[in-house]
Amino acid sequence: MKRINDFVVKFANVNGSGSASANLLFAKSLFRMGLGVVPKNIFPSNIQGLPTWYEVRVTQADRRARRGGVDIMVAMNPQTYARDLAEIVQDGYLIYDSSLPRPFPREDINVLGIPIARMCADAYLNPRERQLFKNVVYVGALTALLDMDFKVVKQAVRDRFKGKAKLVDPNIEALKMGRNYAFKHFKCPLPVRVKPGKARKDRIMITGNEAAALGCVYAGATVAAWYPITPSTTVAEAFERHAKGMRIDKDGARQVAVVQAEDELAAIGMVIGAAWNGARAFTATSGPGISLMGEFLGLAYFAEVPFVLVNVQRGGPSTGMPTRTQQSDITTCAYASHGDTKHVLLFPGDPKECFELTADAFDLAERLQTPVIVMSDLDLGMNEWVCGPLEWDDARVHDRGKVLDAQALDAGPEFQRYGDVDGDAIPYRTLPGTHPSKGAFFTRGSSHDTYAAYTEDGRVNAENLDRLTRKFATAAKLVPKAVIRKSSQTSKLGIINFGSTQAAVREACDLLARDGYKLNAMRLRAFPFGREVAKFAAAHDRIFVVEQNRDAQMRSLLITEAGIPAEKLVSVLNYDGMPLTPGWVRREIAASIESDKSVAAAMQLSVRAM
Amino acid sequence: MTFMKKPKVRHPGLRKNELGLTRRDYEGSLSTLCAGCGHDSISAAIIEACFELDLPAHRLAKLSGIGCSSKTPTYFLNQSHGFNSVHGRMPSIATGANLANRDLIYLGVSGDGDTASIGLGQFCHAMRRRVNMIYIVENNGTYGLTKGQFSATSDRASKSKKGEANLFEAIDLCTLAIHLGAGFVARGFSGDKAGLVPLIKAAFHYKGFAFLDIVSPCVTFNDHAASTKSYDYVRAHNEAMDRLDLVPEREEIIAEPEEGKTVTVRMHDGSLMRLHKLDDSYDPRDSEAALTTLRKRYAKGQVVTGLLYIDDEDADLHTLLNTTAEPLNAVPMSDLCPGNAELAKINKSLR
Repeated sequence: MKRINDFVVKFANVNGSGSASANLLFAKSLFRMGLGVVPKNIFPSNIQGLPTWYEVRVTQADRRARRGGVDIMVAMNPQTYARDLAEIVQDGYLIYDSSLPRPFPREDINVLGIPIARMCADAYLNPRERQLFKNVVYVGALTALLDMDFKVVKQAVRDRFKGKAKLVDPNIEALKMGRNYAFKHFKCPLPVRVKPGKARKDRIMITGNEAAALGCVYAGATVAAWYPITPSTTVAEAFERHAKGMRIDKDGARQVAVVQAEDELAAIGMVIGAAWNGARAFTATSGPGISLMGEFLGLAYFAEVPFVLVNVQRGGPSTGMPTRTQQSDITTCAYASHGDTKHVLLFPGDPKECFELTADAFDLAERLQTPVIVMSDLDLGMNEWVCGPLEWDDARVHDRGKVLDAQALDAGPEFQRYGDVDGDAIPYRTLPGTHPSKGAFFTRGSSHDTYAAYTEDGRVNAENLDRLTRKFATAAKLVPKAVIRKSSQTSKLGIINFGSTQAAVREACDLLARDGYKLNAMRLRAFPFGREVAKFAAAHDRIFVVEQNRDAQMRSLLITEAGIPAEKLVSVLNYDGMPLTPGWVRREIAASIESDKSVAAAMQLSVRAM
Repeated sequence: MTFMKKPKVRHPGLRKNELGLTRRDYEGSLSTLCAGCGHDSISAAIIEACFELDLPAHRLAKLSGIGCSSKTPTYFLNQSHGFNSVHGRMPSIATGANLANRDLIYLGVSGDGDTASIGLGQFCHAMRRRVNMIYIVENNGTYGLTKGQFSATSDRASKSKKGEANLFEAIDLCTLAIHLGAGFVARGFSGDKAGLVPLIKAAFHYKGFAFLDIVSPCVTFNDHAASTKSYDYVRAHNEAMDRLDLVPEREEIIAEPEEGKTVTVRMHDGSLMRLHKLDDSYDPRDSEAALTTLRKRYAKGQVVTGLLYIDDEDADLHTLLNTTAEPLNAVPMSDLCPGNAELAKINKSLR
């Protein structure tokens, strides 16, 4: 089995043993060698003791999806040893800690034993070091086995421990320990190995949450309120970290306020209060938090308060699978809260888009005076992705929407908070404290007239609801357009997807094209849907809708909100909590097309027989 | 009935304050509460306090939750922006609003249902965060809008209008406030305007979380003989601990206070607050004593009013977060958006 720059390494570890840092070092070193890497952290909802895995797909081409299958398994966890062993492909490699004897039920794989625990016991006195350096030793062995550029690995260690110089040498020594053992005992390199790649130099490796947090910084958010919940926690933490460094006034005080709230209700309440008062504000949460925020989302929709909510989706329902990925909050976010409510949703497809769409979300929210929800997910948010560099156009002007200052209030006609002056159904607002005698209004969740005064006149309330419907139509014109990628001008087969499934769907489309199935692809980036969505549907007879939930939530939305005939839309659903693989998407779609053909052929036969 | 506009008739002889405004300028829309509702007296006291303090109404934001009490911000300060939020969540709205603009005055109005039940959590956390605001609970011990259910401040064994006895212990909001870090804790009675207006005025001068629990009888559902929140009961059992005088910063102090009878507290804005003690043994700067007094007097069936506790530590949420002196909603985008050069550095760190 010769595989150069095209294989999967999986690390099976015990949670809390320090493996994450060593595994990331491995992925980062390969990335710096100019290769494509797709790291996936498959972790438990636990701090110490449960099994955890880290999978790295190494590719030459610009691939960003998991491949599936394991070529090299580094089996460091006795608890999962049997199942880890079973996952290795035929002729693949098992690297294990040979300090203690292990059974080898498979004869079709190559076994490389390294007495890692014994080596570390001999080299270190401190029990913590004995544990931590085990991880570094196996990475060291891999540098020899895979023919990695050791200079690059050493530099990655130096960068990793920047400011903690004392840790650099011991880590490099541990790497060498593993590396030398491999050179001495195995034929290095293996047939499965790397060669320096030629990837673009400007690529970066970043998580979606970090990128979304930077989007908030660049959008000028000054108030963040949040409640800790996996997998969204790092959005708020990264925002605070970046803002602390970049938002300091001349007296050393902060031009930002970050509050860890007592719960998600308070978090979104603070954000609404701040946004009402003219600050750019956001919160980040995940499924259970979305449920709690429902009432306030309805208030913000109806009272027309603009803010941004980053929803990093995880496995549901209920507490569900907090450390696994899903796209199962589509319906609940589109219609969050009681009564007739609808919300603007954005669907980033990679971390670069997490940055861009989160920044855009603030402009859209203030332009439309409504909450905007950025629909990320655990795979996108917490895994490291290789993508193009983040870019900011310094000429860009933040769109603060229709806000009247004192001068405008003096110059303008009588102020009506909820009047449709411009015909786009977006009203004007004023901020508290603006004018001594003009522009004050009462924000409320109860039914109100154009002056924001309480009303129980049903017609007045209905008119306001109709204006909100028209405002949503305006939103459809302003949100980011769906991205269409055609493989054929004549094909009547289409595929629709959104969010993090992009990596797998794109690769699957290439594989399917090689198989002779040409699919035109449309990646949704927003709800409400722009006109291009219905147009794409009209041009295709059979459209596969790929989504990571059980109930085909996006398909329902496409039927009800874009008016696409249900019979055209074929669901391709995955909800096992793992990022999709292109192979799975390809198999599902090819099987569906073939079964259609056989149905069609059978119908042909039965017609002839008659 | 709030769409009914009050006629804008002005009597030329009405007294004007330093801003040239009359009391009428601090009024709101016509109240839609029941005739005789204690809440309307509190609205009148707020109007009086703001008038006397020469407050520019547009620099004040009035916030509330849901319930009879939460409707009242419509009935005062028409020139102020208002936010009638959702049930029990006014504290978070006020916290966020305050974070965005530290220069405005925040007046939260809530009720015993809104604060002591559905909103208890947010109430507690706003206090421990020292949000710079005035938080008024218009406390009538009952759910008025839903027609007379007990609230969490109803005293145990007190009876509803239908004659049912309340089975559960009452939550004493002043005790809670002292425990959780409110720096200014007072109790008033809507039927005692003379005592109430100075308390509200002092609260406006306080930097930090100023809490006022104002007993405010519900004339429709909780003003009967077996209620401990009725006008008659509170009048008969009211024990005032002190009387307040506010000496604005610009005024000279003429009379020397009587030794042992008066406590003087310098407020954040430089003005002085004079407490004339009606009970010599009481010192409102001592939180332990305040808690003990509240507990002992409550056991005797007394309703203690006045300024119960004051902590003159000069720190609010902004101090704790070390936020810039400029309101966050006014920091220019050029200061907030780091630009592409900074992003290039971040990209580099991600390679």
